[in-house]
Amino acid sequence: MGSVEHAVSETEQHGPAKGITRWLYTTNHKDIGTLYLLFSLLMFFVGGCMALTIRAELFQPGLQLIVPEFFNQMTTMHGLIMVFGAVMPAFVGLANWMIPMMVGAPDMALPRMNNWSFWILPFAFSMMLSTLFMAGGGPNFGWTFYAPLSTTYAPPSVTFFIFAVHMMGISSIMGAINVIATILNMRAPGMKLMDMPLFVWTWLITAFLLIAVMPVLAGVVTMMLMDIHFDTSFFNAAGGGDPVLFQHVFWFFGHPEVYIMILPAFGVVSEIIPTFARKRLFGYVSMVYATSSIAILSFIVWAHHMFTVGMPLAGELFFMFTTMLIAVPTGVKVFNWIATMFRGSMTFETPMLFALAFVVLFTIGGFSGLMLAIAPADFQYHDTYFVVAHFHYVLVPGSIFSIMAAAYYWLPKWTGHMYNETMGKLHFWLSFIGVNVTFFPMHFLGLAGMPRRIPDYALQFSDFNMVATFGAFLFGFSQLIFVYNLVCCIRSGEKATARVWEGSHGLEWTLPSPPPYHSFTEPPELDKNNTGQS
Amino acid sequence: MTSQSYYVPAQSRWPILASIALFLMAFGAGSLINAMSADTGGGSGLIMLLLGSLCMGLILTGWFGHVIDESRQGLYSDQMDRSFRWGMSWFIFSEVMFFAAFFGTLFYVRTLAVPWLGGEGDKGVSNMLWQDFSASWPLMQTPDMDAFPGPAGLIDPWHLPLLNTLLLVTSSVTVTIAHYRLKQDRRSQVIGWLALTIALGFAFIVFQALEYAEAYDELGLTLHAGIYGATFFILTGFHGMHVTLGALMLVIIMLRVIRGHFEPDHHFGFEAVSWYWHFVDVVWIGLFLFVYLI
Repeated sequence: MGSVEHAVSETEQHGPAKGITRWLYTTNHKDIGTLYLLFSLLMFFVGGCMALTIRAELFQPGLQLIVPEFFNQMTTMHGLIMVFGAVMPAFVGLANWMIPMMVGAPDMALPRMNNWSFWILPFAFSMMLSTLFMAGGGPNFGWTFYAPLSTTYAPPSVTFFIFAVHMMGISSIMGAINVIATILNMRAPGMKLMDMPLFVWTWLITAFLLIAVMPVLAGVVTMMLMDIHFDTSFFNAAGGGDPVLFQHVFWFFGHPEVYIMILPAFGVVSEIIPTFARKRLFGYVSMVYATSSIAILSFIVWAHHMFTVGMPLAGELFFMFTTMLIAVPTGVKVFNWIATMFRGSMTFETPMLFALAFVVLFTIGGFSGLMLAIAPADFQYHDTYFVVAHFHYVLVPGSIFSIMAAAYYWLPKWTGHMYNETMGKLHFWLSFIGVNVTFFPMHFLGLAGMPRRIPDYALQFSDFNMVATFGAFLFGFSQLIFVYNLVCCIRSGEKATARVWEGSHGLEWTLPSPPPYHSFTEPPELDKNNTGQS
Repeated sequence: MTSQSYYVPAQSRWPILASIALFLMAFGAGSLINAMSADTGGGSGLIMLLLGSLCMGLILTGWFGHVIDESRQGLYSDQMDRSFRWGMSWFIFSEVMFFAAFFGTLFYVRTLAVPWLGGEGDKGVSNMLWQDFSASWPLMQTPDMDAFPGPAGLIDPWHLPLLNTLLLVTSSVTVTIAHYRLKQDRRSQVIGWLALTIALGFAFIVFQALEYAEAYDELGLTLHAGIYGATFFILTGFHGMHVTLGALMLVIIMLRVIRGHFEPDHHFGFEAVSWYWHFVDVVWIGLFLFVYLI
């Protein structure tokens, strides 16, 4: 066993390498987490610029700035970049940083594969963005790439889009396998599943969803590739196939996918609210069961995205009722967050502000989702700006706000410095106002009948569109405050203590700030203060 | 089970190299396919694809070789072994879901889409597109026979497919026998049973190729033959690729046994490949039932 001790002592002393090779060859969960988070931030700005291009064009009716073909490429790319490039990698980055520290492990279970999961992404997104410069333009069929728009009528660059999606899928599956193996196998001795922090729980379930549905996405893009280039007729009724089949397979992936983007957000908020309410999380066990229920239900609701496609009545009813059922576990969660705060000693630091805004605004997005779940009403809302308002409410002040909250919450732990609280609060309030000014009017636009994914619109929609564009630019430019605050926090700032926050619980706060390069080289002792429930 | 002995590898070049190789493969394949469809040659895409594949082969050989060396140096604890087990199990689950997408496609088309095209049920309105179309499965007459000429004949399940079923089921048994012999440390028998498994696997692939040739040359059952051909080839094709990969993995395992790798109580590489082989076998049972038989 001499070689074992030798190897371990080698890795213990092994600090970060110097220069670029540290990042290219790293097997360290913190380095890889940082790479994921910075990549996600970059993609957030790339996708954000596309969003602002869209909003600038929609500032006034008529065509001002860009041609409709390019507008379509912008809506498509904005969606793909934000979903696969910004939100998902951000959560994987948080998982990489936090899960080993939260379960008391030295690193992720499979560190080299971890590096591979990350480094596939820059190549995949370079390939996807390069389609914008190809003959015929980039993908222009919306991020949901419905056939036959994405097959018969697609530009040639769709082939590269398909392979880019394959690469992202490989990356996500490997990342998810790593997360599951870490959680199931690397917990400190004595930490039971029901001792885990809720962020770890939500990621365990998210990783399961990823492994279950990313292969289905790979399947559907493969069928597209076959239809486009190899004469099959999966999505062509002339050969006995069905364009609607595309939608079924896509949304079988797509609905769990939206929970992949929100379950880790639930986990983040469930960490932050107890800290700043200075109370333990209310209803830990019900949180775990609610998260699991949402994950299971996500597999049997997919066709609520397709109510207007002409399904049999039985299908409409089934998917309507299962969808509404999701409101129950989600309601349990919102109730638990509020009950956690009830009679707590609350303070309102930046992470808490983002978390509170998450609870309120995500709930608004949830309610508009409930409206959309009513099949007969959806015939009115379908493909209008009401849908755009709905999913932006759950994704921007939902997922993105929770990522911001997580960043502020754990930045002192990561960097060893406190961020600038005043700037953080400014960032929060401008974002909060910007988000609502952008997306709230879209509810009215949608109910009044403005269709989504169009570069021009009827005159009666002008005012609300103008307001939304103001909001979008306010929100977009406010994010620069975050970048400035981030850079300042990495470089300097008040020294952070190990505990950082007065009310924080969990193993990650027992490590110094910044934590050592290898998190727990020896398994930590557990007590009731550093597990998920007391 | 302390994590003190958990082996955290030092920096590694393999992942970034593998990312570059994967990019070359994907970009090369995209360029090649686009050029083929546009009839503009596609030499550069082919070169990129081949170069990427070659690099990927070398990288994976090096990477796995590295892992095998570490394992043989005794760097891996029981806990590491469990990480590998979880990793392989969830990887196989992801493969199951990949095939589930295509099985789901088959079931949807058979039970809903084609009958609707034929005028059945609420959705019968889609029958207006091709009014003389009548639904059947297997779909021999597609709605638009000019665009997608349906197959003239079908593969008889009781000939090659039945033979292939027997081959694969037998190979699942033989790989299990090899595993038991490994646990008993009777290594020459391990090699024999593995060789038999590999032979059965390659025989399967050869018969599958013969079946494809028959389908294309004599039956008009092609990718272009409407939805029956499309589902037939995507399911059997991806299964065939997985058999090929599994057989290659078995070859590597056999070479490792010949080199004296694996111990009676410590041979996860062997078990992982055998898990994969059983998975491929189970998928085939599903294919035989739902693609050929029913």
